Amino acid sequence: MQVRFRIFRFDPEKDSAPYYRTYDVEAEPFERILDCLNRIKWEQDGTLSFRHSCAHGVCGSDAVRINGVCGLACQKLVKDYHTDEVLVEPIPNFRPVKDLIVDLEPFFETVAMIKPYLEASDPPEKERLQSPEDRKKFDDAVRCILCACCTASCPVITSENKRFIGPAALVQAARRIFDSRDEQRSERLNQLDYPDGVWPCKNYFECTRVCPKEIPVTKLINLIKRDLTKSK
Amino acid sequence: MIFKHDAVIVGAGLAGLRAALEAADVADVAVVSKVYPTRSHSGAAQGGIGAALGNEEPDSWEWHMYDTVKGSDYLADQDAAEVLAKDAARAIYELEHMGVPFSRTAEGTIAQRAFGGHTRNFGEGPIKRACYAADRTGRVVMDTLFGQAERRGMKVYSEFQLLDLLIRNGRAVGIVVYDVAKGEVHTIHARTVLLATGGFGKVYRVTSNCAANTGDGVFLANTAGIPLQDMEFVQFHPTGIYGLGVLISEAARGEGAVLLNSEGQRFMEQYAPTIKDLAPRDMVSRAIMTEVEQGRGIGGKDYVNLDVTHLGKERITERLSDIASFSKIYLGIDISEAPIPVCPTCHYMMGGIPTNVDGQVLDAGGSIVPGLYAAGECACISVHGANRLGCNSLLDLVVFGRRAGKKIAAELKAMDWVDVPDKPEAPLVEKISAFKSRKSHLKAFRLRADMQRLMTDRCSVFRTKDDLEAALKAIAQLKDQYGEVSVDDKGAVFNTDVLEALELESLLTLAEVTLVSALAREESRGAHFRQDFPERDDQNWLKHTLVRKTAEGPQVSFKPVTITRFQPKPRTY
Repeated sequence: MQVRFRIFRFDPEKDSAPYYRTYDVEAEPFERILDCLNRIKWEQDGTLSFRHSCAHGVCGSDAVRINGVCGLACQKLVKDYHTDEVLVEPIPNFRPVKDLIVDLEPFFETVAMIKPYLEASDPPEKERLQSPEDRKKFDDAVRCILCACCTASCPVITSENKRFIGPAALVQAARRIFDSRDEQRSERLNQLDYPDGVWPCKNYFECTRVCPKEIPVTKLINLIKRDLTKSK
Repeated sequence: MIFKHDAVIVGAGLAGLRAALEAADVADVAVVSKVYPTRSHSGAAQGGIGAALGNEEPDSWEWHMYDTVKGSDYLADQDAAEVLAKDAARAIYELEHMGVPFSRTAEGTIAQRAFGGHTRNFGEGPIKRACYAADRTGRVVMDTLFGQAERRGMKVYSEFQLLDLLIRNGRAVGIVVYDVAKGEVHTIHARTVLLATGGFGKVYRVTSNCAANTGDGVFLANTAGIPLQDMEFVQFHPTGIYGLGVLISEAARGEGAVLLNSEGQRFMEQYAPTIKDLAPRDMVSRAIMTEVEQGRGIGGKDYVNLDVTHLGKERITERLSDIASFSKIYLGIDISEAPIPVCPTCHYMMGGIPTNVDGQVLDAGGSIVPGLYAAGECACISVHGANRLGCNSLLDLVVFGRRAGKKIAAELKAMDWVDVPDKPEAPLVEKISAFKSRKSHLKAFRLRADMQRLMTDRCSVFRTKDDLEAALKAIAQLKDQYGEVSVDDKGAVFNTDVLEALELESLLTLAEVTLVSALAREESRGAHFRQDFPERDDQNWLKHTLVRKTAEGPQVSFKPVTITRFQPKPRTY
């Protein structure tokens, strides 16, 4: 079948403003949107730029906005879209650098801020013990691949508070807060207790809706809020 | 611009990061990565990381070593395999201490599962040796090591492509890199260089590998005159999603899934009566292709079914949720109700840059190349020989990544600075502008697609002299045409068009070396099966292949295998 794509284009070296360009692609229903982007790049227009690598939703490189909804181009299939045109744009809430590529430095800075590593002293000779029940408490957060779909979709960041640390960083924090091995639980909770920390979240659930790994992001944020409130 | 660091590490997958963490204690270390570090392909490993912890049942490192050697079809260097198996438990405990969220047993210890080719008591039956975190083990180890790098404030050059390896008077002195975001070419001057650039599965059409796996480090080592070892041994993972190549982890079979042909037969019972579906990957891939060739592919096509349905929804959700999700997304099936269509997919390169057990690169004469190190899939130590066992690669990365890092830290104490050659960036700047100025309309993807088709059609699970010779001739033509490649994108910022054109040179060269090696080895061993030489021939071929670039073309030579504990025996399971 033939699919028409309308793609956001912007080359900072040539264009004073972004524009959209249309491409027609021959594609099968079960092909990925990423396959179509590659076909456009290879067969029609080599100037189109986007990030991608593993092509099956593990590396987290190819987050884009398709028909207004953020997702991984390698996880969305042609058959998922029924509009006359499939609109592909860079993820919002980040500065577009070229075409579908955005500047993710601010995103990774928020992740670095929450100290994305286990804080635990005095390791035993073998492994630390952890019950399957305790392990389960942070299993959802472990699935995060740092694709930025959630933070890009957050309405709070879009229109209320640009400094909000964002859902991805909070998922990363939850991964450590709910890990029974971590010894800095209260410090981690306190770190999020400031106006741009965990509190700006207003339960819009956009993050949960778009997460390619089906992480209940909003729920994790609310669990952090609950524990913070309890600890006061 | 010239940047300066004591040690530069190319690649931010598990091998590169593990080495970096080790060396960062004593030196100024910089990591260069063509993707943002957490996007590295180590993260795609699913099923587990092997170690004889004995958490689920009694185990020993000797059994693990034996399985590794037998799995390698006796081509592994046994001193290296011993290091791997002996150091495994320590490496796993270390990862746990760093924070890896392993799945747990009821007692709270690290959970372990069965995996292909891993057995108890020297081959008696399957054993639970693979430590895992559901079916996303690689990803969580990746995230954990990256967290540790963040904690140290490690210097990382993200989205920098390796362009050249600088060697002066036989000593590695730095690299030339391409800053993809800006389109600038820079030199990184260093006292030591570690290549941890991964594999090059992208030479094949059907592969589980990511787009970034183009073998840039292996290619540049070859260009520098370093021989490449055992390049004919390409692992085809038996269970890639049909048509896509996306990996369905061996963990599925470890948890009890079975392979079925068109007649509904569990055919692995005939090929490996003792461990059946948990036979090593080379054997299972051959069995699948044999079933297909004998007309027992599903619906007369070239795939078989992997049946997970009897495991039940709960166990699938708990232990195999990623592959359930892949199957749902890409095939539209619920694996608790329907079988998964699978066929072999190019997965892993056993061959690569020859090193010793401390990651030091060895030249054609077997001498150490000062200042140059390699670790991970791009290296050939060789622990995997002719066929790697599942869950031994993650282990290889952390065990030998650490050893390379330790060696670098030790050697830096006595390693002086040697100047980089004059204007090292100039030829690369010229190469990039040549792509932009040519008016040929020959795009990299055309040549790449031809190469990938050739390699998948003629140099896969089964090989013959005729196929390999034909492929070699065709690759030579593609290499000739490479000089005509041009790009549409003439800009500097994120010019991925140029990036793909650059990567193609690596791929074409490595395809050629793979074919030359495969043609040279006139026997069948591990993943290399020659239909015209179907038997293993220890008399003549119990040796490593080396292929070196010379003015007259690739030159083949050989080097002996180190055998310590286990004498070669017929390999049955």
